[in-house]
Amino acid sequence: MPVQVRGEVLDVRRAGVYYVLSVTAPGIPEQYRPGHFVTIGIGGEESGLILRRAFAIHQVQSRGVYGGTLDVVVGVQGKGTRWLSERRRHDILDIVGPLGKPFILPKEGVPCVLVGGGYGAAPLFMLAEQLRERGCRVDVVLGASTEEKLYGVLDIKRVSSMLTITTEDGSSGTKGRVTDALPGIIERNDSAVVYACGPMGMLAAVADIASEYRAYSQCSVEESMACGIGICMTCVLPVVGDDGVTRMVRSCIDGPIFRGDLVRWDEIGTIPADALGAPALDAS
Amino acid sequence: MTRAMFGRAMRAVDATAPTTDMSAELASLAMPSPVLTASGCAASGRELDQFFDITKIGAIVTKSVMLRARSGRPTPRMCETPSGMLNSIGLQGPGIEQFIEEDLAWLRARGARTVVSIAGESVDEYGKLAQKLRIVEGVDAIEVNISCPNVVNRNQVFACDPEMAANVIQTVRRQSDSKTPIFAKLSPDVTDITEIARAVVRAGVDGLTVINTSLGMVIDVETMRPALAGVTGGLSGPAIRPIALRCVWQIRQALPDIPILGVGGIRTGVDALQFILAGANAVSVGTMTFNDPSAPMRVHNELAIALQDRGFESVSQAISYGHRAADIFEPEDEGEAEPE
Repeated sequence: MPVQVRGEVLDVRRAGVYYVLSVTAPGIPEQYRPGHFVTIGIGGEESGLILRRAFAIHQVQSRGVYGGTLDVVVGVQGKGTRWLSERRRHDILDIVGPLGKPFILPKEGVPCVLVGGGYGAAPLFMLAEQLRERGCRVDVVLGASTEEKLYGVLDIKRVSSMLTITTEDGSSGTKGRVTDALPGIIERNDSAVVYACGPMGMLAAVADIASEYRAYSQCSVEESMACGIGICMTCVLPVVGDDGVTRMVRSCIDGPIFRGDLVRWDEIGTIPADALGAPALDAS
Repeated sequence: MTRAMFGRAMRAVDATAPTTDMSAELASLAMPSPVLTASGCAASGRELDQFFDITKIGAIVTKSVMLRARSGRPTPRMCETPSGMLNSIGLQGPGIEQFIEEDLAWLRARGARTVVSIAGESVDEYGKLAQKLRIVEGVDAIEVNISCPNVVNRNQVFACDPEMAANVIQTVRRQSDSKTPIFAKLSPDVTDITEIARAVVRAGVDGLTVINTSLGMVIDVETMRPALAGVTGGLSGPAIRPIALRCVWQIRQALPDIPILGVGGIRTGVDALQFILAGANAVSVGTMTFNDPSAPMRVHNELAIALQDRGFESVSQAISYGHRAADIFEPEDEGEAEPE
């Protein structure tokens, strides 16, 4: 069950174009599973920025000098994330988590591929560790437009069987996109599960490749959300249910992890005509 | 020694815990708190119950439910604005049948007081919704959402036309259990909100929810197109608080006895106090619940302190206190008052 806690900032450090924020968050690390996220209030109690910002949990520590702590990776995209990047040690943050449904892990030690786009790599580190503990081979593909937008290359190398880097400008690793490298990796290792976190376009392409190779895919989506806890209905996307019916589901509590083959990627931002409760075709 | 210290600590706690009588009434609905959730900002209470005990606040006002399941509008449905947000959800929901079977049943089992918000596309639909609710348990009041801006035809917001608004209320009143209080949720996007208020009161409403969102818009300067897929959306949050407060004030002046549920940008106990002083019998915490999932409970606690600090023993003593006779105000110049 998610908790709302006052967290104390322990550290904000730069990593390429990103910031890694370490904060105490008693009660959250204890419940954490890879894929969970937190939301953080912005600007304090009088803030004019009223919407919380959501971040995939990057690392947790349940015990230690500070009790439960967690790390998130912040990409500065606007006023809210800039404010977060400017926090300093001992500042207090309003944190809610763990939120969302986590990644589903295979029962057996099957080969897995983890795909991260930019700071979408953040939730993959602890996922990789847990998969390794289950005896899975863990191949990792990290991609970004350019080298400084890659996150955590050295750290993830330690937990991956093989790491592949792609950048669109060729500044690091192979020139191209993660999806250029992915088919070969799946083929070589007979990968059974593909885990992915990154921009929607990347996820859509990864899900397609996984389906093509009959691999199971687990995609962590990034939809803009107002509440993160399931009450605002802003973060919906069309997903096919077990009954074959498409519903506009909340990415915050029905996700953010979805089976790649069940998300109607091409129709995100629309209401598919066959979705439950879609406007009748004869209406306006 | 230990006992003495303990005793002192206990007294200290007693001294700080407010003793304000927080019981409140909205028409015939009696509640232990004047703080409710707001429709569309609490789903059906289940998610918020993880953060505070939803039976401790006044009531859960559920998200407006329609006759049939509805997918709502495409995304983006939301955009942050200065001290607020725009939304264009389009009344996504499961439809009344599933709502009754799942959400209402859960709320009843949980023991939460429930105000069911209903929304229809026609007078007839509002009537049918009321019929469905008439035969089920657990409906403590009905809030008739006649003011949702996110409907297909924005020229047909019932709350913008006194006759249409009255038609809806008459129909719901006729189709509902006479013991169930009915509230009409009004739109601020009208020339004279008291005219609409009077019309729905004449039509038999038991109280007014004041206000729904105000229609607004943002253009994304990167794409140079409207930021919301629905082009326009409802503005909510602290940005609209002064507008909501003004509407409550005006309606209280026009209709001294009608129960009012004040809504609009309430973030803290003193925000809630402003609404009560302006004439609200109770308040809803809406958008700020997105900002702080404990907000309704926190506002309740802060309000208890704010009332006590000003010498009020109960919520009811403070209702409309802002309207008290002018002779006990400081002398005032004619014309524009100084902002506080």
